[in-house]
Amino acid sequence: MKVSRRSVLKVLAAAAVSTAASAVPAIARERKVAPAKAIGMLYDSTRCIGCKACVAACSEANHLEPDRSGIADGLHLAPVDLNGRTKNIIKFCQDGEQQSFVKSQCMHCIDPGCASACMLHSLHKNERTGVVEYDPQWCVGCRYCQMACPFNVPKFEFHKALPKIVKCELCRHRVQDAAVAGADGFTRYPRGQGPACCEVCPRSAVIYGSREELLAEAHRRIAESPNKYYQGRVYGEKELGGTQVLYLSHMPFAKLGLPEFGDKPSPDVAYTVQEGIYRGFIAPLALYGALAAMVMKNKKSAESGDGAKGGRS
Amino acid sequence: MAAAAVGVSGTMVPKIVQAASKGLKPSVIWLHFQECTGCTESLLRSHHPEIEDLILDLVSLDYHETLFAAAGHQAEAALESAMKANAGKYVLVIEGAIPTKDGGIYCKIGNKTALELAKKCSENAAAIIALGSCASWGGVPSADPNPTGATGAPMVLTDKKVVTLPGCPANPYIFLGTVLQFVTFGTLPALDDKGRPLFAYARTIHEDCPRRPHFDAGRFAQQFGDEGHRQGYCLYKLGCKGPATKASCSTMRFGDVDAWPIGVGHPCFGCTEKAVGFRIPLHETVPIDRPTPPDTYPAVGAKQGKVSPVATGIAGAVAGALLGAGWAASGKLGEKSDEKRKED
Repeated sequence: MKVSRRSVLKVLAAAAVSTAASAVPAIARERKVAPAKAIGMLYDSTRCIGCKACVAACSEANHLEPDRSGIADGLHLAPVDLNGRTKNIIKFCQDGEQQSFVKSQCMHCIDPGCASACMLHSLHKNERTGVVEYDPQWCVGCRYCQMACPFNVPKFEFHKALPKIVKCELCRHRVQDAAVAGADGFTRYPRGQGPACCEVCPRSAVIYGSREELLAEAHRRIAESPNKYYQGRVYGEKELGGTQVLYLSHMPFAKLGLPEFGDKPSPDVAYTVQEGIYRGFIAPLALYGALAAMVMKNKKSAESGDGAKGGRS
Repeated sequence: MAAAAVGVSGTMVPKIVQAASKGLKPSVIWLHFQECTGCTESLLRSHHPEIEDLILDLVSLDYHETLFAAAGHQAEAALESAMKANAGKYVLVIEGAIPTKDGGIYCKIGNKTALELAKKCSENAAAIIALGSCASWGGVPSADPNPTGATGAPMVLTDKKVVTLPGCPANPYIFLGTVLQFVTFGTLPALDDKGRPLFAYARTIHEDCPRRPHFDAGRFAQQFGDEGHRQGYCLYKLGCKGPATKASCSTMRFGDVDAWPIGVGHPCFGCTEKAVGFRIPLHETVPIDRPTPPDTYPAVGAKQGKVSPVATGIAGAVAGALLGAGWAASGKLGEKSDEKRKED
């Protein structure tokens, strides 16, 4: 079998057809909205004192094996980033005069990239609370979710023989009773059942409640001190179609490891490509047609070239 | 101070005095077994309230071998009569471990073994307090090889609720707080699974240690008398058992002198913990089960994880070898089929 110039040109032509087909704008994906009772968190970096009580509380509440890797003597809970033993971390950011702590954990996107990439819906969005949940029984360990997450949140237990994905699930395993409206106006679970990081925070730098209430609270804080917050904006209100974890900060969000993504949900990109390729089934037909033509032609030339060959005995 | 220990506000003090002055003085029977009397000695040196106020005004100390004026048969008779007269109402305090080996013959008082005495006196007790580590879980007498089979009161009186106040010696204010709560309200403080009052034993020494900031910052005394030791750095690496020891020393100190081992530059010995005190060598470090964060922070977007050039080289070589082998193998396949065709 020889690769002729002609056959190469044919494959290239087929590829061009499929690319052209994908360039056709796909049918717009339905924009998702947060469930009515979506639970979320609001982190205000201007309130955070960096005590890391939330890091310790998260580790304990989620029964995570302490990650002691960050400091040589191994005596402290010192993760360097989110990892297979860490679902929540406080980092530090300095930019000239400005400095800030920043908490990072799963953002609980309204339209999560990880869930869209998960082939068996091991990662999925709870229809009621909107929490992006993980059911390890369906997980095949493909780690597509790691590639799909715009915030680089899902982590893999590389240190285990039977690894799972590790990410914040808003302490859903602690919830037993329904959330009720609390005295402070936020919808809360009874103490000990809500997200451990929020319950332990001494400055209420991170609070939880329904997303609506938290958004209202965030805008109230911005209205109260208009010059305090970066661009008077709540990160997560619109970013990537909205997230259930919201951020307020005095520093540019991009410096805090929260890139400016725009409003388009991350799965939209993947869907556009996928739907483009298969639209009208033109590209696959063209590709397989070209391949079939090539095979037929080669077969013919092989038969005529070797004359009276009767195949293998 | 004792009232503060149990979390009773200052306004309750008159109530404590009132309850005591109403003649509601509970009878206290105090048994000494295998011990050094250190717990009693430290109690004698407490001043809020003074011990004389306690034993003369607040409680009726009916039997205490150290403080008794009586001796011999007279003392034993006092014990009998106190138990009879106050059946179901008296407080039993046990100080010292109870030997269980060979029928408990290693500790006898008035020709009765500690085992018999403990069982007999606890029958009609309203509350049982095991004072000190010996009475709580065995303490020094139970250290390896434990020739007398010494053990604590809760292990002997398995069917009773025993309040344990471990410590070597026990902090007198934890004892006074517990007793005063019982005298005033007739209740015992909330206890943990080992019978220790939560007001004093809920947290580890490490959690409230004044040297804690040094631990968080990674500043350790490496050797006795070194620069770090003189600067008051954390004593963990000298063998401090604070992270594994639940006790109130770091908040209440000890007695009235405000002195305690860590305060004077010596690592905590873990005297309140059965698994630590008299078991783990003095200068051996303990593992920290639930480590806490240090006072440093990772940077946003910090680079982490390095791929060594050697590993990259090896991986490249392996991949190259596989590719080459594949190429060579595919070439041979072609040759073979050509040969076959020719044979045909």
